[in-house]
Amino acid sequence: MTAALSVDRLEVVFDRFRALKGVSIEVKSGESFGLVGESGSGKSTLLRAIAGLAPAASGTITVNGKTLGARRDKAFYREVQMVFQDPYGSLHPRQTVDRLLQEPLAIHGFADGEKRIQRALDEVGLGTGFRFRYSHQLSGGQRQRVAIARALILEPSILLLDEPTSALDASVQAEVLNLLEEIRRRRKLTFLMVSHDLAIITHICERLMVMQNGEAVENLAADDLVERRVTKDYTRNLLRASEGFVRA
Amino acid sequence: MSALLEVDDLRVTFPTRTGLIEAVRGVSFSLGRERLGIVGESGSGKSQTGRAIMGVTPPQAEVTAKTLAFDGIDLLAASPRERRALRGKRIAMILQDPKYSLDPVMSIGRQIVETLRTHEKVSKAEARDRALAMLEAVQIRDPARVFDLHPHEVSGGMGQRAMIAMMLIAGPEMMIADEPTSALDVTVQLDVLGILDRLVSERGMGLIFISHDLRLVSSFCDRVIVMYAGKVVEQLKASELGRAQHPYTRGLLNCMPKIGADRHPLPVLDRKPEWAA
Repeated sequence: MTAALSVDRLEVVFDRFRALKGVSIEVKSGESFGLVGESGSGKSTLLRAIAGLAPAASGTITVNGKTLGARRDKAFYREVQMVFQDPYGSLHPRQTVDRLLQEPLAIHGFADGEKRIQRALDEVGLGTGFRFRYSHQLSGGQRQRVAIARALILEPSILLLDEPTSALDASVQAEVLNLLEEIRRRRKLTFLMVSHDLAIITHICERLMVMQNGEAVENLAADDLVERRVTKDYTRNLLRASEGFVRA
Repeated sequence: MSALLEVDDLRVTFPTRTGLIEAVRGVSFSLGRERLGIVGESGSGKSQTGRAIMGVTPPQAEVTAKTLAFDGIDLLAASPRERRALRGKRIAMILQDPKYSLDPVMSIGRQIVETLRTHEKVSKAEARDRALAMLEAVQIRDPARVFDLHPHEVSGGMGQRAMIAMMLIAGPEMMIADEPTSALDVTVQLDVLGILDRLVSERGMGLIFISHDLRLVSSFCDRVIVMYAGKVVEQLKASELGRAQHPYTRGLLNCMPKIGADRHPLPVLDRKPEWAA
């Protein structure tokens, strides 16, 4: 079985703080893998280290059989794209949607930009009516759709999702989750998704890893979580917390 | 038993370049010594309702109501001085993110003492003792240490506890909590809710809990008001949430992913224009 993405004993150190302490994951091609944990557990750092946004102190990251160096080349970014948590912060405020989507195409020298932009917007359910708007003219859900369109426009095979719906209302969250699932099915994408919400992770992902203090606590299949087959107390606590408040 | 808070036909209007925007359009409810949840999505007017009751609506906005009375006091007719005396002393408010709502250049202890000394004539030493006792009541393990820390030196959960301590020190009768746990991790969330729950029931306060999280609210509150586009679409007992009538409430409950429910795709909310009418 080929792994689309594998991370081996990755360490990330900021000054003297070890944000990731030798974490390993393996994501198969076409699989959806979830990372869960509370703030400071290192789940976002792992994602950012893969994308080249956080410095790796040691360990290796392999994407589609190629081991990555300290600098990512252009080919890497055609394979791996990222969607960030906050759609209010991740879109340039003074660029139209059209300009935003052209940027990755220009960097990678695509000639058929016109067609691709139209297709990307259609694919995320926005339509060309949104093409010449600025991000402040869009709602949170629409912005996240633009961010997804921007990630998809290069036709990557791996999508890194950093809490893509936590800034959205519950009803909009459902729409974006449905969109992500549909795109994954249609394009046979590999997902690596970070969330603090166990329900979202079990909904989207087949396997997941629970993290705490920069270390892996437990590797689980989504079904294990549903059946409550967890071995660590920390995971059990998370599960209990996700069920809401219980009066003592 | 007379109600602690009486709200009838509350409206909050903001002037904008394109005309008047009504953020709250005729909200009515009453609150006793109970836990009332107000739920809605962004823009539903839930926070503006809380702010209007607290009296912290932005100055350009206009607040009107047939009745807006706290313990028999007409809040809209009250002078700024009278409202100031109520705020913090008898009505308290907890905000979402302790990172932004605590004073960054003042130690946590001094902020709590300041609140107390604004409302009660107590000596510095006594104020300090009461602040420390209050920090202990919100389950901060080492109150003396936290007393001297600044907000950036504590975690989100700790900051939110400090805020609860600050709000409770003057012994308010009513508390408005606007998304008090949304910025916190799920496990910390439950600790903070547990503290809030205990203090509210011990002191017999009325609590208005504003949140976007319908499931959390229904597990915490006695009664829930669901708002949509500035209006109350449904009022029901939290225990009867499963039998909600309004399609918006049901849709909101339905569209959240649940552990163990295998639903692909998730049902989405089909918004009807008549809900906002």
